[in-house]
Amino acid sequence: MHKEAAIREPLILGHKTYHEITEDVCKPIEDKAPRMWYILFGIALVIGLYGVGCIFYLLGTGIGVWGLNKTIGWAWDITNFVWWVGIGHAGTLISAVLLLFRQKWRMAINRSAEAMTIFAVFMAGLFPLIHMGRLWVGYWTLPLPNHFGSLWVNFNSPLLWDVFAISTYLSVSLVFWYIGLIPDFATIRDRVKKPIPKKMYSILSFGWSGRAKHWNRFELVSLVLAGVATPLVFSVHSIVSFDFATSVIPGWHTTIFPPYFVAGAVFSGFAMVQTLLLVMRKAMKLEAYIHTKHVEYMNIVIMVTGSIVGTAYITELFISWYSGVEYEAYAFFNRATGPYWWAYWAMMTCNVVSPQLMWFKKLRRSLLFTFIISIVVNIGMWFERYVIIVTSIHRDYLPSSWSMHYPSHIDLGVYVGTIGLFFVFFLLFARFFPVLALNELKTILKSSGESYKNDTAPVHPYFAKNGHGSHGHDDHDTHNH
Amino acid sequence: MAEKVIYAMYDDDDVLKDGAKKLVAKGVKVADVFSPFPIHGIDPIIGVKHTRLGIMAFLYGLTGTALATLGMNYFMIHDWPMNIGGKPSMTYLDNVLAFIPITFEFTVLCAAHGMAITYLLLNKTLPGMPATNPDPRTTDDKFVMELRLSDNGQFSEGELMTMLNETGVIEIDQKDIH
Repeated sequence: MHKEAAIREPLILGHKTYHEITEDVCKPIEDKAPRMWYILFGIALVIGLYGVGCIFYLLGTGIGVWGLNKTIGWAWDITNFVWWVGIGHAGTLISAVLLLFRQKWRMAINRSAEAMTIFAVFMAGLFPLIHMGRLWVGYWTLPLPNHFGSLWVNFNSPLLWDVFAISTYLSVSLVFWYIGLIPDFATIRDRVKKPIPKKMYSILSFGWSGRAKHWNRFELVSLVLAGVATPLVFSVHSIVSFDFATSVIPGWHTTIFPPYFVAGAVFSGFAMVQTLLLVMRKAMKLEAYIHTKHVEYMNIVIMVTGSIVGTAYITELFISWYSGVEYEAYAFFNRATGPYWWAYWAMMTCNVVSPQLMWFKKLRRSLLFTFIISIVVNIGMWFERYVIIVTSIHRDYLPSSWSMHYPSHIDLGVYVGTIGLFFVFFLLFARFFPVLALNELKTILKSSGESYKNDTAPVHPYFAKNGHGSHGHDDHDTHNH
Repeated sequence: MAEKVIYAMYDDDDVLKDGAKKLVAKGVKVADVFSPFPIHGIDPIIGVKHTRLGIMAFLYGLTGTALATLGMNYFMIHDWPMNIGGKPSMTYLDNVLAFIPITFEFTVLCAAHGMAITYLLLNKTLPGMPATNPDPRTTDDKFVMELRLSDNGQFSEGELMTMLNETGVIEIDQKDIH
């Protein structure tokens, strides 16, 4: 067997057999849901429905119900959009980029992180759609032949690039996620006894049977999808940043935006993964699979991307002064000391200071501390978008147009509502879907399981009798798992 | 015509691999292996060729690139050229920089979905398809090797059974496939 270096911490704690992995993951799906699940689901549903109500009110009345004015034409809506897209960057990063880098620790977290990604992108996609005011003409953003003459969408516009980027990202992530889910649905299909769930999982598993040739294709498809999804992850938030960077508004017209937005997206995405998984591992008793080492790895990612974000903030400040453009300099000076100083400093504290605490090993291995920081980071990242968007436009070219933004209760309701809907989706996922990638975890059991690493796992009776004949033949590190 | 198939079940991937190696060395043809996860290194032993889906993905990607290029060239340069911000759309090359993001996204879109659809069709894994694994435990922790008598004409059924029994098999099942 291919073994990992002994000094690496095991990824699966204790002694597990293949069957125990199946049991641990499928049990929460097959058992009755705990009461806590119903309580959380109820709360999330109420908040989500309130948001839906606000959206209906908005569509019926018009986007005048938001706190926008002539100067500040973009505020919470696009802030929330960018925030959710950013959160939606961790899942595909974990499953695609970490697959290419052969990081085995991703296997415990990729499934739920991808689910989170997809739900976050759902929430993100909602905002540009409702911002149209007339949701039903949303298809006008597609280059369809139409009866308005030769009227095509503007392919030079970053807003149209966004349409393509977000829809490609959503659909490719969905396919990537589902292809990994098919074998795991087959496992559940072959376990459940009740007729209705059996039928459901039977349909969901597409008749997967686990033939050698199918697994061969499965591994290649995962690898190629990871290969195409990796540049996709980086492109999506770059394109989101073009919405601002290609404009001529001081504070937005910044060439540093694409890499800085991507780092910020990964930063907030990992924070959201931490928030969700720290609760999920406890509630679903998955501590043997998602443990301190996984949390520590993710905290290191948060620390690195947080440092990139911090560097970008300071670079922006420096360049605004160094450029000698007084409008540019004013935009940044105003951010830090103007009427929105509190948002700026909240962003600085949450995004620049807090991840630096992760340098301390004790702190980055503390689950409670991680949980708190993960929430702080997401608050900070929301403020980052708010600061970039609102403070850059609230001081217009003419001082007579200077204005402030005050959110209406509909702004608030729609935003909070998407958080509720997000949790509705995530809780449904945790209830009915395998939250860990079963088939992938089984492939690392013998190389990274604790009992196999310290040789306390029982030797199979066949090898005890015949000696381990297959030793040294299967160091197939060229494989993608 | 009915065909006799032997299903040999193992409870460990390494035992199965070891067994497959020994059987193949003796000239037995292993028709298929059912497992709950990919067994690394089994493919060359039982003669499963590496898939060419990667080439297909590349071709789908190229199709996407071509479609995006042709489409934007038609929409923006020929059908309705627009003067945006004083930058007129005279030739494709003048404007190509603005078209790169969508060309890239569309390439990825076509490559990913084309490959995923081909993969599902090739595997015949589609919604509503029946499962064909011989035992429900093969998606949990058991591994099954499938031998067909017609592939192994030089051995009698008894000989195959004896050889299988030496490989640490835990259960043997026989079925007639029509």
